[in-house]
Amino acid sequence: MNSLYYQKRLSRNIGDKFFTSLSVICALIAILPLIFLVTYILIKGGSQITPELFTLEPNPPGDDLDAGGINPALIGTLIITTIASIIAIPVGVGGGIYLAEYSKGGAFSRFIRFGVNVLAGVPSIIAGVFIYALIVSTKILFGSMYSGLAGGMALSILMLPTVIKTTDEGLKLVPNELRYASLGVGASMYTTILKVTLPSAFRSIATGIVLGIARAAGETAPLIFTALFSYYYITGFGDLFYEMGSLAVLIYNFALEPYDAQNKLAWAASFILVLSILSVNIFSRILAAFTEKTKRV
Amino acid sequence: MIKTNKKTQKNIILSLENVSISYGTFEAVRNVFCNFKKGNITSLIGPSGCGKSTVLRSLNRMNDLIPNCSLKGTVLFDGTNIYDKRVDPIEVRRRIGMVFQQPNPFPKSIYENIAFGARINGFAGDMDELVESSLRKAALWDECKDKLNDSGYSLSGGQQQRLCIARTIAIEPEIILMDEPCSALDPISTLKIEETMHELKKNYTIIIVTHNMQQALRVSDMTAFFNAIEYEDGDSGKVGYLAEFSSTKKIFNSPKEKTTQEYISGKFG
Repeated sequence: MNSLYYQKRLSRNIGDKFFTSLSVICALIAILPLIFLVTYILIKGGSQITPELFTLEPNPPGDDLDAGGINPALIGTLIITTIASIIAIPVGVGGGIYLAEYSKGGAFSRFIRFGVNVLAGVPSIIAGVFIYALIVSTKILFGSMYSGLAGGMALSILMLPTVIKTTDEGLKLVPNELRYASLGVGASMYTTILKVTLPSAFRSIATGIVLGIARAAGETAPLIFTALFSYYYITGFGDLFYEMGSLAVLIYNFALEPYDAQNKLAWAASFILVLSILSVNIFSRILAAFTEKTKRV
Repeated sequence: MIKTNKKTQKNIILSLENVSISYGTFEAVRNVFCNFKKGNITSLIGPSGCGKSTVLRSLNRMNDLIPNCSLKGTVLFDGTNIYDKRVDPIEVRRRIGMVFQQPNPFPKSIYENIAFGARINGFAGDMDELVESSLRKAALWDECKDKLNDSGYSLSGGQQQRLCIARTIAIEPEIILMDEPCSALDPISTLKIEETMHELKKNYTIIIVTHNMQQALRVSDMTAFFNAIEYEDGDSGKVGYLAEFSSTKKIFNSPKEKTTQEYISGKFG
């Protein structure tokens, strides 16, 4: 008869210990890159942060002097992401509403859901090449080639699947009873969606939008083909139709320069980019947590 | 199968004529003939799966919201077949309100819960007055008059269900359908809802699905007993049908059908 006490030497207990420690080690290794990456960028980039960084134009490489600031790239990233949001949010939310509320699970909606999943998996560089072929090389936008507008369109392709999916899923979480309640008092379908279901799903949709923005803001590949880069301040509305700088492309350009000043600028830009994407992600977490708490109020 | 007396009665508000309802290829209920009298409370009773909730939902076209649900036959309301192609289901639902099994207030304030339906129905009168009178009719006014701006979810289950009744009353329907309104509630809340129903009877026609036979006995004037049997031609299991429809007294004291007798005495269900 075996003793009831825990025996270390038993093969099942040794095996158990072994696999527990193995999985803990794997988990630690998995988190290491994030920790190293963030610390490295914080140290390398954090030391370069000065007030001038936010106000100056970057100097062209080669004059061996001060590299200047990242103002045009920072503003450019904001503008391009805003353009992407203006395109992707209405289309994405509208598409999500169709999938969750109107479609009856037929072939068409299955096709759209499948298409959205495929789109989510399309490499970002393909989105860039696509917009390059469609907008940039054809000069279809009032004769302009590389432009902030084209960059925004390329990023909107990357945002779209996230927005559609979270809208679809957010709306599906709204209990059917609530829809019946609204339709039962004689509300039409669109009143029900606008006044009852959308407000109930608002926060999860907002979370999805924020995550989509965070993904788009850090993309480089699609912008190289579409917005290209610019050293100069963005001064007016017309600049939308010309090459526009962005943090991601600035990092790509300057990190490879042989000059130390430009490298430092790239580090500073990385710092700003990582910090803003991190804070946007944290913001979406807070939003989601807020949703959980207030779901039934 | 018992067919109801087809002698035309003046005070019939809603009548089912040879109604069969299917979900896809599965037939839920077959050949129902039934007349609902104005100002009555009619209860629909029967074992699970006999199609009583299906029939209830068909009365204000809530079944439209269930994919693949189809109806054969006619449902006459106010002389119109509500399944006519020209009929707008939204208009039907405005005149035939519904209270659901689970209390389902909107995630809005108590006041807004009631005002919502009225507003979308183009109510132009005094909203405060409407909210008060609806809550009074649903016997909820005294309990929530001081917290009209609180969320509907802050109420207890029974209160929420009465809020849902008040919400339905606010759009002034002619008929109120209730789908097991008390099944999620405790006995005291149930009693309150039943009292509310007795009050409502003065102005509205009520059709209620209930699993609780005592409740049917307490509240209703007429009772329809639904049952489910396997038909020879059917290949999809049991199909519901209307077994007996009569005054509640008759159903409970001297039912004509043997199955009715067995059901109400608790032999199956």
